[in-house]
Amino acid sequence: MTTRLQAQARPESLLLNMGPSHPAMHGTIRIMLELDGERILNSEVEVGYLHRGFEKTCEHRTWFNLLIYTDRLNYVSPLINNLGYVMTVEKLLGLEVPERAQWIRVLMSELSRISDHLTCLAAMAMECGAFTAFLYKMKAREFLWDAIEQTTGARMTTSYIRIGGVRADLHPDFEAVVRRAVDETRKVVKDVRGLLDKNPIFLGRTRDIAVMTPDNALSYGWTGPCLRSTGVAYDVRRAQPYLTYDRLDFEIPVGERGDNFDRYLVRMSEMEQSLRIIEQCLKPLARTVPAPSGIAPAEAIREARRRRPDDPVRLSPNLEGSEKAVYPGIMAGDKRYVLPPKEDAYTTIEGLIAHFKHFMAGHGLRPPKGEAYFAVEGGNGELGYYIVSDGSDRPYRLHLRAPCFHIVSALEELIRGRYVADVIPTFGSMNMIGGELDR
Amino acid sequence: MEKEDILTALRTSFPEDVLETSTPLGDAAAVVKPEALAGIMAFLKAEPQAFTMLLDLTCVDHPDRLDRFEMVYHVFALEGARRLRVKASLPAAEPVIGSLAGLWKNAVWLEREAFDMFGVRFEGHPDLRRLFMYDGFEGHPLRKDYPLRGRQPRLPMRPDP
Amino acid sequence: MAGNFLTTRFEAMLAWGRKFSLFHYPYVTACCGMEYMSAACAHFDIDRFGAGWTRFSPRQSDLLLVVGTIAQKLAPVLKTVYDQMTEPKWVIAFGACTVSGGIYDNYAVVQGIDRVIPVDIYIPGCPPRPETVLDGLLKLQEKIKTQGQDWRWKKKTS
Repeated sequence: MTTRLQAQARPESLLLNMGPSHPAMHGTIRIMLELDGERILNSEVEVGYLHRGFEKTCEHRTWFNLLIYTDRLNYVSPLINNLGYVMTVEKLLGLEVPERAQWIRVLMSELSRISDHLTCLAAMAMECGAFTAFLYKMKAREFLWDAIEQTTGARMTTSYIRIGGVRADLHPDFEAVVRRAVDETRKVVKDVRGLLDKNPIFLGRTRDIAVMTPDNALSYGWTGPCLRSTGVAYDVRRAQPYLTYDRLDFEIPVGERGDNFDRYLVRMSEMEQSLRIIEQCLKPLARTVPAPSGIAPAEAIREARRRRPDDPVRLSPNLEGSEKAVYPGIMAGDKRYVLPPKEDAYTTIEGLIAHFKHFMAGHGLRPPKGEAYFAVEGGNGELGYYIVSDGSDRPYRLHLRAPCFHIVSALEELIRGRYVADVIPTFGSMNMIGGELDR
Repeated sequence: MEKEDILTALRTSFPEDVLETSTPLGDAAAVVKPEALAGIMAFLKAEPQAFTMLLDLTCVDHPDRLDRFEMVYHVFALEGARRLRVKASLPAAEPVIGSLAGLWKNAVWLEREAFDMFGVRFEGHPDLRRLFMYDGFEGHPLRKDYPLRGRQPRLPMRPDP
Repeated sequence: MAGNFLTTRFEAMLAWGRKFSLFHYPYVTACCGMEYMSAACAHFDIDRFGAGWTRFSPRQSDLLLVVGTIAQKLAPVLKTVYDQMTEPKWVIAFGACTVSGGIYDNYAVVQGIDRVIPVDIYIPGCPPRPETVLDGLLKLQEKIKTQGQDWRWKKKTS
C-alpha cells in the first residue's frame, strides 16, 4: 500500500513513521514524516484508527439510549458531550429545563472542562519529559472525579445529564467535596505553573514552535483554547450564552502568539476561570438536599403488592434517598419527554405505565420532524451536534461537529519545516481525543 | 447583520440559485443549487457577510428521494456570532459537488470524511481519499443501505461462536 | 547456616520473579486510557504490584495491556505489536470494548480482541474502575504463579 507521502517523497529523503501506537501519542494517530536530517519536509497524518461508527450506531438507537455513546466521544469531559446532545434534543423538542438543573449542568461542565484541560496538559508535559507535572495533574483530576462520582455515580462515563434535566440532585456533601477539589486543583495549578512556566526545557520545546496565525486558525475552523491562543476571543459561553452562563462572571483568556506555549498558558488560565465559575455556582445551588429517608426498595415493592406505600422509597444508585421530592427542581415537568421517578415506576401503576411507554419500541421520545444544530463550549472548542429528526423514535441522522477534528487537520501544516522533536509538544498541545476525532 | 438580512442578501444576490430560505428553530438556513454552491460560499465568506469559518460539513442520506444526498454546510461569522446553514441536494446517480478546499482549509478533511462515509465526490479537491476507513473497505458506511454490522475485517478473525 | 539459604523449585522461583516484574506495554486507544492513567498514577499506584514500569517498546515488555476499543483499522497493528513481543508474554483485555466490542456492535469495531490475539485476563467495565484493574492484575499474577513456566531450554527438549 503506497501512501500519498511515499508516492511524492524525494528519493533521497528519509521516511519515518510515527504511530499508530507510539509512546508519545496519547491516542491512535499515524503521522508519516518525510525527513531531511531532523527537519520535516512533509508529513501525512492518517486518522480513523478509533473510528467506532458513532454516527451510524446512533441512527439505530433510540433518543434516550444513545446518550451513553455521547459519553464516549470526548471521554475526558463526558458531561459536556452529554450536555451538547441533550441540549440539541431539547432545542428540537422546545423543552424548558428547571433553573436548578441548569446550574447543576453548568457546574458539571466546568468540572469536566478542568479535568479535560488537566489531562491534556498532563499528557503534553509528560511527553516533554516533565513527569512530575503529570503526576500532580492526575492527582487533581482524582479529586474532581471524586466530586463527579459522588453525585453521578460514575467516574467518567456518567450519562448524568438527561433530556429534560439531570439524573439526580447533588449529593448532600457535594459542596464540601467540591470545595476540597477546587482547593486541591488551585494548588496543583500553582505548583505546575512553578514547574513549567519558566522551565527552560519546556520553554525551549514550546515557545515559538508551531505558531498559528489567527487567520489561518479561522480558516482551519479552530475553536476553543487553541483558537483563543492565537488572540481571537471566541468562546461559545460568551458569544451565545446558554444555560446560566450569562449570569456568571468569568474572563476569556487569550494568547498572543498562537504557539505551543500559548496553548498551554490559555488552558492553564482557563482552569482558573472554571474554578471561579464553580465557586459562583455553589451559591445558587446551596439549597440543602434532603437527607436519605424512606423505606428500603425491597420492602417497598413487597408493600406495593398489598397497597400503595405512603413513605417515599429510598433508592437510586447515587443517589442518596428518594428522588421524587427533588424531581421538580432537576427535571422538566413534561411527562412525554421525561422518565418518571424510579420509585413511581416501581410502586405505582401510573409510574410503571409511564416508564413502559417511554421504552416500548416506537413509543419513546419522538421529537417533531426537523433539524437542529446546537453548540456548547467543549473542552476543545465548539462542540456542535447537528441532528435530523424524521419524527420517529430514533434520530434520522446525528452528526457531531468535533472540535479537535479541525484542530488536528492543521497538524500537517504546523509541523512542516520543524524538527522531529517538535511534533510531540505540538501534538500534545492540540489535545487530540480519539473518540471525538474519529467518532 | 441579522438572520433575515443574510437570507435576504442571499436571495437578492443569487435569485436563480437560492431555492428556499427559512429559519427553522431559529437557525438561518438556505437551500441552494449544488452547481452554484461554491460561488455562494465564496460570496458568504467575503465582506460584508464575513462568514470566516466553515464550522461543519456533512451529508444526510435520503434513499427514498430522487436527490438522495443532502449536503449540509454550517458557516459561522465571528462578528455577532452568526451562523448559517446551507444545504444542497445531489442526485443519487452522480453525487458530485464543487469543493470548498480553496476557501477553507479544514474543508480538505471534512470533504474527505463525506467522501468516505457517503461516497459524495468533490470536484477540485486536492486529495480525495478515504479518511477514516481503510484501503480495501468497500462501500460507504453512513449510507442508509449499508448494514450496521457490515464488518470488513483486515485480518482473518476467529469467527463468531 | 540458618537463614542464609532457602529451598524452592526453580519453576516456583521463576514464577515469583516474573509475577512481580511485569513490564507492561499500554496499548492505549480510547476512553479506558483515562482510567489506565488513574490506575498508573499516584492515587491508585499500579507500582505497588510490581507493574509500574511502562515500556513503550513491545520488545521489552511482558504484558500487553490492550486499553480501549480496537477498530477494524487498528486490528493489524495490534497483531503486529503482539507478534513483536518476546516470550513469555501475557495479554490483558482492559474494558468492555476489548473483551467483546462492548456497546459498539457495528461495522467498525472488532468484537473482542480475542478474535485477533490470545487473551489471559479479561477486565470488564466501561471503563473499569482502577480497583478493578488492580484486581485483574492480581488475577494475572495468580495465573503466572500457578501456570507452568515455559523456559526456553525446556521448550527445546520437549
